Amino acid sequence: MAKELMKGNVAAAEAAIRAGMDFFAGYPITPSTEVLEHLALRMPQENREMIQGENEIASMNMVIGAAACGARAMTASSGPGISLKAEAFSYAARSELPYVCLNVQRWGVGLGRLDSGQSDYMRETKGGGHGDYHHIVYSPSTIQELVDDIYEAWDVSEKYRCGVVVLSEGFLGQMMESVEIPPYKKREKPLGWGIDGSGKIGTRQSPDTDTLVARLRERTALIQSQMQRYENYQVEDAEYVFVAFGLPARVCRDAVDTLRAKGEKAGLIRPRLVWPYPVQAFKEVNPQVKGFISIESNDLGQMVEDVALASRVTSDKRVPVYCYAHSMGTPGVKMVMGKYMEVKNGSMKEVF
Amino acid sequence: MNVIKQAPEIMYKNNQFCAGCGHGITYRLIQEAVEELGYKDNHITVLGVGCSCNLNTLTKGDKFQCAHGRAAAVATGMKHTKKDTLIFTYQGDGDAGVIGIAETLNAAYRNEKITVITVNNSNFGMTGGQMSWTTLPEQITTTTPLGRDCAQKGYPFHLPEMIASQFTHVAYVARGAVNDSKNIRQLKKMIKNGLEAQVKEEGYSLIEVLAPCPTNWNLSPLQSLEWLEENMLKEYPIGEFKKRGV
Repeated sequence: MAKELMKGNVAAAEAAIRAGMDFFAGYPITPSTEVLEHLALRMPQENREMIQGENEIASMNMVIGAAACGARAMTASSGPGISLKAEAFSYAARSELPYVCLNVQRWGVGLGRLDSGQSDYMRETKGGGHGDYHHIVYSPSTIQELVDDIYEAWDVSEKYRCGVVVLSEGFLGQMMESVEIPPYKKREKPLGWGIDGSGKIGTRQSPDTDTLVARLRERTALIQSQMQRYENYQVEDAEYVFVAFGLPARVCRDAVDTLRAKGEKAGLIRPRLVWPYPVQAFKEVNPQVKGFISIESNDLGQMVEDVALASRVTSDKRVPVYCYAHSMGTPGVKMVMGKYMEVKNGSMKEVF
Repeated sequence: MNVIKQAPEIMYKNNQFCAGCGHGITYRLIQEAVEELGYKDNHITVLGVGCSCNLNTLTKGDKFQCAHGRAAAVATGMKHTKKDTLIFTYQGDGDAGVIGIAETLNAAYRNEKITVITVNNSNFGMTGGQMSWTTLPEQITTTTPLGRDCAQKGYPFHLPEMIASQFTHVAYVARGAVNDSKNIRQLKKMIKNGLEAQVKEEGYSLIEVLAPCPTNWNLSPLQSLEWLEENMLKEYPIGEFKKRGV
């Protein structure tokens, strides 16, 4: 199929339609608003339901209602808006409802700024609302990956009965790339559950809390083993390995190529999902590796904690873990290479 | 033995409400109306948080437990997915009119084809009787231990009047009470009207139900009916604020 030049947010919205999305509810917020705008036009054209909610709380609760009745439902927002959805995420987890949430991340706490960022790693990978639950979290680096992730998202969400977050970034949503939009598809097999008003099917939730807990544990372990997704680049002989997802990962790959051309043994682990975290990727790294360097677009470094935990499977001895938290925007190749040299010459302090 | 009247099939036999509580009668009326409209096998009760949670074990029909205050939004998502299913929320006054005021009003604003049924007993019953926006002036609750000082804490909140006066496009808005047989019969008609307005795709409907709460009012069931008549009926007049087809 021919490729088109498309804006990230528009491509994401169109991919959701192609994936069989029946229902969308959302509220405007930069830098995700084009998703809402595109769907406001396209959903009625496809005879599907779209609501501009009064806020993100209501929008996510509408998604819960639609998902409980068996619809493929989605919401989209950015950092501050997703905070408002957190309560509903927890309730959706309690009912084991599948849904997709697109987070076009912006930088910062509070109102933050409209700059691109990766400020929401912690919240999206650790839960975000009350109680024990996880989202399955995709971390695309290109608009094509963003499209492919959304196209797959409901299949995975329904298989595990677990909410999915697609972790986009402001720049990824706003920039344009050549992309192939997939064909229309529908759910392959009937769900086998979904409230229909008859009182006979319902959501097929666990009837008691013991069963619910057992199922939650079993499902979590299953997702962790079955959803290890990553791309390792030149890690087998690497002395230092970058770990990055999303847009910084593209920068790191260029940095690895340039460093290798200069004789440096650099490598890259690029998680394609950040929950479950791709611990498997760290087993493939040179056991003599001298350090991992987490490159992130936030202020304090968030993924670096997971890097430190995962690094334990690389070697019997502790591998130093470093972090460059770039704050807003996306770091450049020279900046990342500079951080590599700082690590190598000992001027950057290890985090773990 | 001759059966004069049977409890609706979709109800379990026993409820878990306190003696003299108004919830039991209210939900019985709803279930009767659902059956009479032919929606016994095609309805969803969307539950708020509070004493309404008890309905989780009271109805055999489809039900869904929402977060506190969010029932109207959840019902909206459901209705857009199941357009031919009768979908109503069942919430307390705290759920629909305090924490959930945004969801309730915005669903009315958009004229969603759902029905909101809210039971007003002038306090937060489930948590042990705290002040609600519906608490009457001078009424003693656990968070107004000296009586509600309205100048400081706000005045009794009239949700049906607010919706009917501001969102004139909605289909049906009424307030009833479960204090005596006349009002109970009238309430049944209101509930049926509200649900029928949804079925006939006329738009949003809301019914507020004045109900006694003997436990938290610290009164006997009989005394609480008297208290409701002497106090709540004066503050909250029963009647239809938006009639169908007008």
